[in-house]
Amino acid sequence: MGIIEKVEQQSEISTAASLPVACFHCGLPVPAGTSFRAEVDGLWRAMCCPGCEAIAQSITDRGLVAYYRLRDANGNVAGDSPADARPDAGAQESLALYDDPLVQARFVRQVDGRLEAELLLEGLSCAACAWLVGQTLARVKGVSRADVIYANRRARVSWDPALTRLSLVLAAVRAVGYRAWPYEEGRLALINKRERRAALWRLFVAGFGMMQVMMYALPVYIADAGTMGLDAEQLMRWASLILTLPVMLYSATPFFLGAWRDLRRRPFSLGMDVPVAIGIAVAFGASTWSTLIAAGPVYFDSVSMFVFLLLGGRYLELLARQRAGQSLQHLARLVPETAHRLISDTTGGDAETVPVVMLKPGDRVLVKPGEAIPTDGLLQGARALVNEALVSGESRAVRKSDGDPLIGGAINAGSALIMQVTHIGADTVLSSISRLMERAITERPRWVDVAQRAASGFVVAILLFAAVAALAWMTIDPTRALWIAVSVLIVTCPCALSLATPVALTVATGELARRGLVITRGHVIESLAEATDFVFDKTGTLTRGQLQLIETLPLGRHGAARCLEIAAAIERGSEHPFARALVMAAGGERIPGTQAWHNVPGQGVEALVQGQRHRIGRADYVGALHGRAPPVAWLHSMDSVVWLGDESGWLAAFRLGDGLRARTPEAVAALRGMGRHVHLLSGDDPQVALHLADVLGIARANVTGGASPESKLDYVRNLQRAGARVVMVGDGVNDAPVLAQADVSVAMASGADLTQIKADAVLLSDSPAALVSAVVLARRAQAVVRQNLIWALGYNLIVLPLAFAGMVTPLIAGIGMSSSSLVVVLNALRLRHARVPKSIDVNPKHA
Amino acid sequence: MDILFLLIPLSVVLVLGIGVLFWFALRGGQFDDLDTPALRILADDDSPDPGK
Repeated sequence: MGIIEKVEQQSEISTAASLPVACFHCGLPVPAGTSFRAEVDGLWRAMCCPGCEAIAQSITDRGLVAYYRLRDANGNVAGDSPADARPDAGAQESLALYDDPLVQARFVRQVDGRLEAELLLEGLSCAACAWLVGQTLARVKGVSRADVIYANRRARVSWDPALTRLSLVLAAVRAVGYRAWPYEEGRLALINKRERRAALWRLFVAGFGMMQVMMYALPVYIADAGTMGLDAEQLMRWASLILTLPVMLYSATPFFLGAWRDLRRRPFSLGMDVPVAIGIAVAFGASTWSTLIAAGPVYFDSVSMFVFLLLGGRYLELLARQRAGQSLQHLARLVPETAHRLISDTTGGDAETVPVVMLKPGDRVLVKPGEAIPTDGLLQGARALVNEALVSGESRAVRKSDGDPLIGGAINAGSALIMQVTHIGADTVLSSISRLMERAITERPRWVDVAQRAASGFVVAILLFAAVAALAWMTIDPTRALWIAVSVLIVTCPCALSLATPVALTVATGELARRGLVITRGHVIESLAEATDFVFDKTGTLTRGQLQLIETLPLGRHGAARCLEIAAAIERGSEHPFARALVMAAGGERIPGTQAWHNVPGQGVEALVQGQRHRIGRADYVGALHGRAPPVAWLHSMDSVVWLGDESGWLAAFRLGDGLRARTPEAVAALRGMGRHVHLLSGDDPQVALHLADVLGIARANVTGGASPESKLDYVRNLQRAGARVVMVGDGVNDAPVLAQADVSVAMASGADLTQIKADAVLLSDSPAALVSAVVLARRAQAVVRQNLIWALGYNLIVLPLAFAGMVTPLIAGIGMSSSSLVVVLNALRLRHARVPKSIDVNPKHA
Repeated sequence: MDILFLLIPLSVVLVLGIGVLFWFALRGGQFDDLDTPALRILADDDSPDPGK
């Protein structure tokens, strides 16, 4: 083959003239002065490294030389092999972990005495690679079957556990230069896929049956009277009956099973499947009877078409519903499948790529720029920029410093970072969030129960109507009686009615999570929409709970910025909270080191800054340096004040206090703008609470300072007695009784301890503004539910008389019923695009 | 018209047969990978050792 010869010539030239040559295996330039070679196709080829040499040798030894020919024939000579193909020591050991039955239980299936697993292939870049891996797998002793699926980089392998082990299979793939990991699909995604596939099969069988039955039915319809013999007609009927059987027995089973479940449910409540099941069963039964006694009309074509249409509608609805629930799965999908684990303890050591499931707490992991953080851990190293939009809904990246917790699934928005794993698998923040949300969705709120009961009453009414219709038409036109009864049953089926609420709630739950509020209880959306009073527990809900510089007052010859620099320079060595707040406010280090640093505990710090003696700390301590009386301003401030001075006089005063959370004033204003009352209950000094209320614009009458847990409880009770529906926002741990008393309790979670929180909803976002978007969304959800219910009821009220009058054919009935439930689902999906006021929108991108 | 009595049962059998065949093909992974089989023809020695 031409290309190979050319490469060969090149390598000969290279040995003579020492020009850079491409490695025969990977296409990278061969470094000068190396002599790695491998015999491929009877010729010695130049290799760039021992790794490529070993791989090329291994491919040749296995008799898979055709790989190179295939690859070259497809024009993929260079750069299509995995760059990270060095055979590493200890790899075999780490692979052996996959032989553990406990580990295998997660991804290995047992099929007729063999084991089967899906593998994720890394480094697969062309169809030739897929061929090579497939051949390699098939040649492992004991492997009975190996299908490499290039499109999604996966392989399905089944092997005989008596002859080989999974680790050997994985090692074989590694020997030819690729990496394979067992692939474990998310539980929910797997269930969804299975559900979709089953639904599609049912639809296919029904469609296929429908077309074929129509072929047998058509001659009977178009034949002129007398031209078709009774024998021939009877033959067509039997053929139709046989082909309708799979449609009834397989495709229509969901309707029958659903109806059976409804009938057995206690307390008695009829669902939407009952009329459908009765409708098709009656039509099929009557037709079968007609066939057996060779007299009377048959409706096999209509029955199969009917099932097909109903299933088609259900399939579309299923897709829409799964899309609605996607916000839940999308959490799980954010976590990458593999991570770069650092091998040696030194920083900058080599990293090996391992699946995330193999990480253990304590492992150190490298996260490259733009990659997702594989699991929960602590940042090691000075600075990192991380985008935690997945939990907080905040699209801006957050700065992290050494020792800060990182959340698995967040995106590394800065440069490469190193982290130490603390939690894995089910213990991670992301897993807790998914669990909480799943619980919220499975809990049925009152709205759903109401709809369910209404639907049940409806079904009973429909059954009665159908019976009345059948009896009435018996006297008018007996040939149409059966059909009209069936039409009534189908067209009025309250599918839309039963779907109206749950779909809207699922969509809203997912959407809220995306905006930073995770709901853990089913009733939250309903209660949020109807809430009248929002009670904030000051500490940690409206403020950051962290000292920060609020204001600088220059008193001497320097400006505010210069004073802050001096203060930061002196305080840099101190661990005092005031010192840390000042250093943080000053930002970078602009004044070089200080001399003669001297700390007087409880008083302040003295140091030489650029040769001048300065003091920072309490007023009397600083004043003692120069003997001047302190300025009157701020002496009696409610916040803490730190003074700065030198030998000639006062320089500045710094006011430090608890800073407000982001967009808190806007959030309070927005809540008030929506007509909600905002209250502030605080265990702090009443003066401080009132001051905060003034800043935020909360009415003074709604503020209680110095409140004990009991008085907070009484306060909420009194509000409720006056008819208010109270949303209580607290930190979720200390104020449990008050939270329990409120109609909705919201906990502000600052980071990891999600499992400890006992609240109906958890605010993951740093800002109370997410609460406002939650209220807006909850009200939208309520509106959507109402629209859906009105639509469903209106639809039924209109079609019922039409069906009764015999103006709706069964075909139209099927289409009408399916599209009416589809409208309901699509209407609910609109919630994904709900707008919130701009000032409090944390993530305008999504709006 | 007697031929109908053969053809119609035959068509029923055919429809069922096609359905079952399609089901087996789908389950057997026939449609999973649409890329690599096209290349197999290019390789001289693509069959794994029969002894294994």
